[in-house]
Amino acid sequence: MNCEHCGERAAEITLTEIESDEMRTLHLCSACAALKGVGSGPADSPPIADLLAHLGGAGSGPGFGSDVEACEYCGTRAQDFRKTGRLGCPQCYVHFAGQLRALLRRVHGASQHMGKVYMSSAVDIDDAEARLDTLRRRLARAVEIEDFESAAQLRDQIHALTEAP
Amino acid sequence: MSERQVPELDGQGLGWLEEAGPDRDIVLSTRVRLARNLQGFPFAVKASGEDRERLLERAREALRSGDILGAADVWRMEELGASDRTLLLERHLVSRELILGPEGDTPRGSALALGRDRTLGLMINEEDHLRLQALRGGFQLVRAWHDVDQLDEELGARLPYAFHHEFGFLTSCPTNVGTGLRASVLIHLPGLVLTKQIQKVLEGMGQLGLTYRGLYGEGSRIVGNFFQISNQTTLGKTEEDLIDQLESLVARVIGYEKQARSVLLREAPSVLEDKVWRAYGILQNARSLSFEEMMNLLSGVRLGVSLKLLKSPRVETISRVMIHAQTAHLERAARRRLDETDADVFRAAYVREALSADGTSASSGE
Repeated sequence: MNCEHCGERAAEITLTEIESDEMRTLHLCSACAALKGVGSGPADSPPIADLLAHLGGAGSGPGFGSDVEACEYCGTRAQDFRKTGRLGCPQCYVHFAGQLRALLRRVHGASQHMGKVYMSSAVDIDDAEARLDTLRRRLARAVEIEDFESAAQLRDQIHALTEAP
Repeated sequence: MSERQVPELDGQGLGWLEEAGPDRDIVLSTRVRLARNLQGFPFAVKASGEDRERLLERAREALRSGDILGAADVWRMEELGASDRTLLLERHLVSRELILGPEGDTPRGSALALGRDRTLGLMINEEDHLRLQALRGGFQLVRAWHDVDQLDEELGARLPYAFHHEFGFLTSCPTNVGTGLRASVLIHLPGLVLTKQIQKVLEGMGQLGLTYRGLYGEGSRIVGNFFQISNQTTLGKTEEDLIDQLESLVARVIGYEKQARSVLLREAPSVLEDKVWRAYGILQNARSLSFEEMMNLLSGVRLGVSLKLLKSPRVETISRVMIHAQTAHLERAARRRLDETDADVFRAAYVREALSADGTSASSGE
């Protein structure tokens, strides 16, 4: 069965809507379901592939065009990613950075990571500051759930970072 | 047909069932997972059998040398029987992707490590190289995030994570990139369903960057009025912001659910009471129960217990039945594979026994 919204892709999601005592059932592809705000969440299947198909199909915006060269580390091509929604290796993020940035803004509303900084990568001052932020948040949380052993360790780590010459 | 069963799987990963977490009559469990990948290895779609073996070995070494999962049991999915693999799926300890490859085979080198405290786990060679997971009873987002963050710190010190200054922790699918964090709460919302407000609540969630699924995650249907609510985006916010946002929204949903329940109790007490007692009666007497029917009836009983219309069973018993009356669990108890008809009969028997055991202890305890 095809999606009742776009009529093009195969319907994968059954959406039951309840509107003032009326119940109706719609069969949608995951991309159209996502447009309706229905959780075709990102965990298991690749709804991003549908999103990509939408972007590519519309022929607008910076999509993953086939003119982009394959990743030199793992050989993943733009069309592979369009099909599966999966990248081939960490290096793909560097290789396809330009296209990914646009995609990430659509998917997440942002392309800049704000969360914890991986410590092995905390080499320059900005990263050390970010690392300190992360530690402070972890300390606040440890105190909140009364894990005082962790809290003491975190306090020591923060001291070590702030007192470094 | 009998099948090899791993005896050590008994009770594994069910620590959350015994936990008296906050709001547990409405929130069954809280889960936080982190997706992590290693530098120098291709992602799952490009990984060879040898890559996966090497990765599993690296992960095992890292676990062994750490404190948190140093004594963890590690199971390779290929070494488990089909029923045991499904058992882990029914306990939400593994994903479908971990146990089932694209050709219906069991992916090579895919494994699960489970902590002895039974709340922390690690999937190895899933869609991402590592999926760290903390599972807690009731509504405990901060606690679960704290647990999994500690494991992340320990593993991150021992393994070279793939991290990018702009995109954060790199994942196989860009929908998980950044924090790699997915926090979810399994919540029971019969009041909102019965008062027909559920759609409004779910739509509102979508606008706030949150999403919902059925009991078994992605693509699974809603049964028994149980919903999994989780964050949809993983990039552009701190982990704490993602957790806080989900926490405050779920707290509001709990408030709406409580309101809906009191409206039902006030406006239609006899209808509600009848529904609850009928559900209890069928569960106590049925000789054959499909999983879906059981879940819908358990939903009614759970609501009745929460509203004190029923004195027994206890909420914990209902949660335990939801886990143990699933097909692979019934097969484990029966020590054989069950077809659908058999499974329905075994399920009904299990439910009758569980309810009668609890009913007796509740009345004799008074």
